[in-house]
Amino acid sequence: MASNALSPIGERAPTADEAYRIVRDKGTIRLSGDLRMHDASAIWREVRKETERAEGSVVFDLSGVHASDGGVMALLIELRAELGARGVKAELVGAGQRVEAIVKLYSGHDGVTKRNKRRPEGAVAQIGRSAFEVKEEAKAIFDFLGSMVLAAITLVRHPRAGHWKEVAPLCEKAGANAVPIVLLINFLVGFVMAFQSARQLKMFGANIYVADLVGISLTRELAPLMTAIIVCGRSGAGFAAELGSMKVNEEIDALRTLGLTPFGWLVVPRVLALVVVVPLLTLIADFIGIGGGVLVGVLDLGLTPRGYYIETLTAVHGWDVLTGLLKSVVFAFAIALIACQQGFSASGGAEGVGKRTTSTVVTSLFAIVIIDALSTVLFRAFNL
Amino acid sequence: MSIECKGIRKTFGDFVAVNDVSLQVGNGELVALLGPSGSGKTTLLRIIAGLDSADQGQVLFDGEDAAARDLGARGVGFVFQHYALFRHMSVFENIAFGMRVRPRSIRPSERQIRDRVSSLLSLVHLSPLADRLPSELSGGQRQRVALARALAVEPKVLLLDEPFGALDANVRQELRRWLRDLHDQLNVTSVLVTHDQQEALEVADRVVVMNRGKVEQVGTPDQVCDNPATPFVMSFIGSVNVFRGRVERGRAHLGPLTVPYPEHPGAQPEPAAGYVRPHELDVERHGSNDGIWATVKRIKRMGAVVRLELVHGGDVLEVETTRERYDALRPAPGDQLYVRLRTLRVFVGAS
Repeated sequence: MASNALSPIGERAPTADEAYRIVRDKGTIRLSGDLRMHDASAIWREVRKETERAEGSVVFDLSGVHASDGGVMALLIELRAELGARGVKAELVGAGQRVEAIVKLYSGHDGVTKRNKRRPEGAVAQIGRSAFEVKEEAKAIFDFLGSMVLAAITLVRHPRAGHWKEVAPLCEKAGANAVPIVLLINFLVGFVMAFQSARQLKMFGANIYVADLVGISLTRELAPLMTAIIVCGRSGAGFAAELGSMKVNEEIDALRTLGLTPFGWLVVPRVLALVVVVPLLTLIADFIGIGGGVLVGVLDLGLTPRGYYIETLTAVHGWDVLTGLLKSVVFAFAIALIACQQGFSASGGAEGVGKRTTSTVVTSLFAIVIIDALSTVLFRAFNL
Repeated sequence: MSIECKGIRKTFGDFVAVNDVSLQVGNGELVALLGPSGSGKTTLLRIIAGLDSADQGQVLFDGEDAAARDLGARGVGFVFQHYALFRHMSVFENIAFGMRVRPRSIRPSERQIRDRVSSLLSLVHLSPLADRLPSELSGGQRQRVALARALAVEPKVLLLDEPFGALDANVRQELRRWLRDLHDQLNVTSVLVTHDQQEALEVADRVVVMNRGKVEQVGTPDQVCDNPATPFVMSFIGSVNVFRGRVERGRAHLGPLTVPYPEHPGAQPEPAAGYVRPHELDVERHGSNDGIWATVKRIKRMGAVVRLELVHGGDVLEVETTRERYDALRPAPGDQLYVRLRTLRVFVGAS
């Protein structure tokens, strides 16, 4: 036992049969000598006894330690963690170079990280986080829009880079196949609108104005909206799922290595297909919705089909239909854009694709309603 | 075509995926990027392909900056880990796709495409399956289709991202051999990413061992195996026994062992570790003075070799010995055996 130079006066060096020594001095516990594995249980008992009632902070002074076995050091570190868990701050100080290496080996200087229990997020925090997420999402979509515009410009210059053959099948899938559901839903919308308003109008004997009400609200507002919602659920979700699974499958990367740009090859044909198809579906929706109104007019209000037809013609102008179609073009563009963007940002296998598909529908509906509100205000402001 | 990477660095947020990596791949060479997951090897490969862009540094193809060429003009064939075949196209169409989408001026005629696809199909031994859809093929077959698709565009560089990672051991073994034959036949400059040391050592002309975004060692399989440059390479290439300790005054004190270490004559101790492979240990019944006694814990017979797990003072030692040696000794669990080291590699510094 060479030196205990750093030990305070009065403390004796460990004797020969006692390789180590532990002395407590208020908040400081001095260890000295050799901390050997075969003494580990004794050391553990002693040190624990000394720290049993410790409060605030404890310092383990290792300056008198010549050598330490890893196992003993591990026990000290464990004890420190135990104390930490009780709220007592414990430190290992004054270790000589060789002992320091062992302290480091057992990462003794890493703070004791008390793992906080996961607390459920507060309402305010949740609102804040989701608001932030909306902002991020919107930014991603506008980034995507920018890239798409650039890609479209390149395509105009080099039309061969586009996958134009894909447009017709896409139109069929998004358009022709959607006709039955568009017919059914819009017929019912016209029917329900006429039915609900019939009772009110009957009271004033204004039966014939059902035609005006149904015609204008359908062409300007409801037909484009309902059609967009259907397309969003059918094609938007479909595009996102298709592109998303291509993305996670690395197929999009494979296209890129073959020299194709995903925008030209995948996005532009989809946007084009929807922009062509959705106004056509909306036009069909206009007619069938008015058809629903006619049915109510004839069966319930005692109108003649011809009378209803003439009234509709006088009430609904070409411009009403046109604003509806104009809106539907914007809807289509937004749906395709959001669906492709979401599909491209899928990651993490099938689960990721599912998530993106869901968020495509939610985001698209949100976008559709916003666009609808804006355009209504805009048309009104310009008296259109 | 030769590839040169100069000081490539790529970060994702705070995470440094590739940290200042420089690398050269000669014309016609097959180089393996070997490392554990998260070591940046796939990121580096994607940067070479142009699928990702580096934050810093350059990729040169034949001495020319590749960033100037767009992806299609780089002449890169890429094979993905999960095949990335186009699901709605037949095997034939998948392979033909890269040729069909070329601009009309450089597109081969329909006949040429047909001929090339059928020659590629026979190259990958899939001629009878030309009309199948990818979903109707096994994993190994799909990966061969993916390789044929990558080769169809006559790439000057072939990049393979863990191509056999998703296949079972036997198929992997077979495809590995086949890939090497194919490379000898075609001589396309190739870079293969893998986390399987066996695969890298067996297939590649040179191996680049990566760890945490850095290159640890570049060398032939023999160099990497026999002269590992760092403790990481030592422990990543095959299993290894480690003795930790310190060096001082020209000697290394490593656990139960003390060996001369003249490279460090100073009195200042430095942490060090000694590494020895299981097959570099000999076991005997009788002790001498240059080894250690250990207790047999477990015996694993694996065909021609036998693996013994020995315990010495709480540390486990793995020893690999031949069947003959094992039969001569006939150790049983609990026996004491004397272990002698044929070599010991000492690395100084905290690991």
